[in-house]
Formats: sequence, C-alpha cells, structure tokens
Amino acid sequence: MPMNLTEIENLVKEAIPDAVIDIQDLAGDSNHYSATIISSLFKGKSKIEQHKLVYSALKGKMGNELHALSIKTKEK
Amino acid sequence: MNEVISNLIKNEIEQNDVCLFMKGTPDTPQCGFSMAISNMLKILEVNFKSINVLENEELRQGIKTFSDWPTIPQLYLKGEFLGGCDIVKEMYESGELQKKFSEKSINYIKK
Repeated sequence: MPMNLTEIENLVKEAIPDAVIDIQDLAGDSNHYSATIISSLFKGKSKIEQHKLVYSALKGKMGNELHALSIKTKEK
Repeated sequence: MNEVISNLIKNEIEQNDVCLFMKGTPDTPQCGFSMAISNMLKILEVNFKSINVLENEELRQGIKTFSDWPTIPQLYLKGEFLGGCDIVKEMYESGELQKKFSEKSINYIKK
C-alpha cells in the first residue's frame, strides 16, 4: 500500500512539530520519496538518532507501507 | 528474534571488519539503496562481506530488530552500526566515511 505525501508530512509534523519538511515524490508513484527535514530536535544528536526520530514519527510504516524514503536531516 | 539468527548476525559483524546487509549481491543488487552502498565500497576498494537478506526471511526481519533500524541496507564497521544508505552516502560525500575507515584501520583507496 503506497502512502501519499501529505500523510507522511502530517506524521512527521505530529512528532516533530517544528519540522521544516521538503518532500518529493521521486517517481510519481507514491512509493519512492525523498525528504529533507530540518528541526531543532536534531540538535546534539547523531545522524542515526536523527533518522530514528523520523522513523519513529512514521510509526512503523517505514520498510512496510512506505518502501522507499530517502531522508536527509538537518539541525535548525 | 530467535537466537540462531541473532548469533548469525553477531558472528558476521564480529568476523568481518566491513559487513553489509543488503538486498541481492554486489554484482546483482536487488534494490537501488543496496546498490548505492555497495558501489561506494567498491569505489573505495574496501574489502567487505555482503550478506543477502533476501535469501533468508528470518534474517531480513532479524537484522531490523538487531540494529533497531527499519530498513535495509545496513552497514557495520568493526561491529559498529554506521547506518543505512542515506547516512553512508552523506558520510561518503563529506569524507567522513573515509575518515572512519582510517580511524578503524580499514584499508581503502584514497581518491
């Protein structure tokens, strides 16, 4: 089951309220996305921890409903 | 995760300095992200062990639990989980990956 772009954005916003999200549907198939997420919550965290924050925001959908989401995190 | 799988994973990352859990093999990768990491390692001429998770469904799920990471590929350097494709790619581009290899005394070719 593909996920639409707004759904991903909403889940991230819910868990990371100050997130600035730039997300793109790479293939136009609602299945391959690339997202840059900027948040103050990433401060002082390793890349692994930052990505885990995003994964946990997506509530287990990553690797399941959501096949391919390439993530870039940046500190605000 | 059963003990057989977790022991299998532990053995692989203990016995191989550079260990890549991927979909497919370096010569015939089955996923773009797996191909990307494998290609970076090839470019740096790093000696690495690849493990094809598609050959073992229990391993495919097990490695996610083991690393607490929901996606594959996953790269381990001397037992340390480094990340998936996005993180490794960022590190490769910034030179941090190469630095990490030096720190851990893993041979690679400087470009």
